[in-house]
Amino acid sequence: MKRIAILAGLLFAGPILAQEEQSSAPYAYRQIDDPAKEAEAQSLMESLRCLQCQGQSIADSDAPIAGSMRSLVRERIAAGEEPEAIRAWLIERYGDYVSYAPQLTALTWPLFAAPAVLLLIAFLLLRRRFGSGSGEAR
Amino acid sequence: MIAELGLAALWMAAALAALQLLFGSLGLTARGQVLGQAVRPVAIVQGLLALLAFLCLVYVFAVTDLSVRLVALNSHSMKPLVFKIAGSWGNHEGSMLLWVTVMGMAGGFVALVERRLPERTMLATLAGQAFVSLGFYAFLLLASNPFERLSPAPVEGNGLNPLLQDLGLAFHPPTLYLGYVGLSIAFSFAIGALVTREVGPPFARAMRPWVLAAWIFLTVGIAAGSYWAYYELGWGGWWFWDPVENASLMPWLAATALLHSCSVLAARNALRAWTVMLGVVAFSMSMIGTFLVRSGILTSVHAFAVDPERGTFILALLAIYIGGALTLFGLRASTVSEGERFAPISRESALVFNNVMLSAILGIVLFGTLYPLVAESMGAKVSVGPPYFNPMSAIFAVPMLVVLAVGPLLRWRRDTFARVGKGLVIPAMLVVTGAIALVVIGGVSLLPFLGLALALGLAWASVLPLKGRNLRRTPLPIWGMVVAHFGIAVSLFGMSSESAFSVEKLVAVRIGDIVEVGPWGVKLDTVEPVAGPNWTALEARLLVRYGTNGKVTRMLPQSRSFWAPPQQTSESALLTRWNGQLYAVLGGEAPRANGTDADGRWQLRLWWKPFAPLIWLGGLLVALGGLLALVGHVASDLRRIVARGKIAYRRERQGR
Repeated sequence: MKRIAILAGLLFAGPILAQEEQSSAPYAYRQIDDPAKEAEAQSLMESLRCLQCQGQSIADSDAPIAGSMRSLVRERIAAGEEPEAIRAWLIERYGDYVSYAPQLTALTWPLFAAPAVLLLIAFLLLRRRFGSGSGEAR
Repeated sequence: MIAELGLAALWMAAALAALQLLFGSLGLTARGQVLGQAVRPVAIVQGLLALLAFLCLVYVFAVTDLSVRLVALNSHSMKPLVFKIAGSWGNHEGSMLLWVTVMGMAGGFVALVERRLPERTMLATLAGQAFVSLGFYAFLLLASNPFERLSPAPVEGNGLNPLLQDLGLAFHPPTLYLGYVGLSIAFSFAIGALVTREVGPPFARAMRPWVLAAWIFLTVGIAAGSYWAYYELGWGGWWFWDPVENASLMPWLAATALLHSCSVLAARNALRAWTVMLGVVAFSMSMIGTFLVRSGILTSVHAFAVDPERGTFILALLAIYIGGALTLFGLRASTVSEGERFAPISRESALVFNNVMLSAILGIVLFGTLYPLVAESMGAKVSVGPPYFNPMSAIFAVPMLVVLAVGPLLRWRRDTFARVGKGLVIPAMLVVTGAIALVVIGGVSLLPFLGLALALGLAWASVLPLKGRNLRRTPLPIWGMVVAHFGIAVSLFGMSSESAFSVEKLVAVRIGDIVEVGPWGVKLDTVEPVAGPNWTALEARLLVRYGTNGKVTRMLPQSRSFWAPPQQTSESALLTRWNGQLYAVLGGEAPRANGTDADGRWQLRLWWKPFAPLIWLGGLLVALGGLLALVGHVASDLRRIVARGKIAYRRERQGR
């Protein structure tokens, strides 16, 4: 419920953010001078969701809120913060929804179990087929 | 009048589909055999009626008949004709009508030409096809009538989303639909074969052209959709693992697996149950994809709940068809034997391995796409994106690519690595050399690193099956395989290179300033307003030069404003060289610095993407490989039919 309230607040804040964008989001369309830090920021931005758009990362969107978030990410990276710390901060404020990289939680563990299960099934299928010879299907 | 004609045609087509299902099922019984003879003509007429209905819809869109609700909602009189016509399938109802039309036509075509299978299997197949069509006819007529009238008619229509007003996108959905629906034929064949228990090489040969054709359309559709996203969205991304994209990727993965197991069944009479299973899965993925895109469930589970009628309808259809087919499979699978055996090191085994890996990737994509919906229904929103899909699918894709290099060199049934080992020395060395070179260059992350190294080896290995063959006598399907596998290598190289070596520059420049992006120098020459049929735009003239003494070329990126409906889009400008693509986008006027007046600086977004065009070139090569194989198979089928006709004729004469 709290998350929904935050999301709703965020949506209404959109137009205000748009107006403020010019003064408060200096790094929306500007890169960090240090290429290494810019690369770090870029890979973080590609894995953060633009909350107003449909299925776009903040690195791929013209929406004002994406610009604000890009600016925030670049400013913090430039100030020396770790990308994962910024991601954690954003998740705390906006919920898991904001991160395209699912975090391992009580809710998302099946996502990480799935590949292991698939590996196991693939292994069993292939072993049944080629394993002992007697295991071959008719 | 035309709209009513279309609606009447649609109702009649639905009635004929019901008749086709009834006669097809009765025809299987001993007493109903006479009815079976009517099934083929009924299927043909049903397809033609569906086509008539679709043409009626295209007509009302072409003349912008605003008294039809769908036209008023999705079109506008001031739109270029080609986009008016494309608008007829750029919406929910129209695209579903296109779906049943293609399905009806395909069913009719099968009824007209397919004579290889036992007649009972054909009856079951056509009845299955009618059963699937019937559900979609019901969906159209009961829940989303495209010909609904609006009274009074509005003065002007709502217009079409400007992002969709692009030639590439106008023809992207129909291409994908042809692929989706082609798989419905494979599905029907699988059902027919299960009902009559006739799973064998003739079944695989009858199904293969349809799977191939569907697969070609899916490949082209996905490549085109990806390229559209790349140049239209204006940020240089070409694959987002967006649910809509995944919806088209999943049937492709299943169809790729089906295609290969079909070849095994046709050539070696092995993998029978597995092929039938994949036939069911492939079309199920098409339907799940359509459900995801069409029900509105993607934006949010809540959007689905607001307008539940359509979503529930498609969900029910999904449950009936997929559930029904799987139940039939479960009941009959034990009576379908697996067929011929083969040794662990053989071409069959390589294909089985790749089939399993493709299915696992399919599992990852399906799970990752659906999981956010599951989580949302449990009360929490999560996002699953590239950081999940890329590494997880790579777990299965990398071994698959390695086997892809070796598999085509192996013999059927039984082989040894010693025999093919020598040929693989050069590809292996290419992989190692590439890997060392990349380590020296440095700064390439793991997945692009693997991709680049593997692509080099795979490109070489993919042409090895031609070694020692007389190229002029090599059958077309072999050429098809080589071209398609080479295309995979090319595309893989493009993808990896794009993500490893792209250079990005976001700048705010004055007229006359020069910016450097990778090897390019870019000068902003002018910014001027231009106008189109339903938009106005600012157009920048960029003068660009490769290296220090290259030729100067012009690029014209635009920032467009559409007025119906009002929306801003950026039209990127692309400049392609043999070794990559320069990508330029004009943003708006730059925000003023320190609160002073606007100082005439313009935002530019520039990318240099080395070898990026290879991504789509590779995709087209893959499709071309499919086309070669399709032409080869169809030609040899025709030759066989003609030969059989001649033999029959001679026998008849000798008998006299």
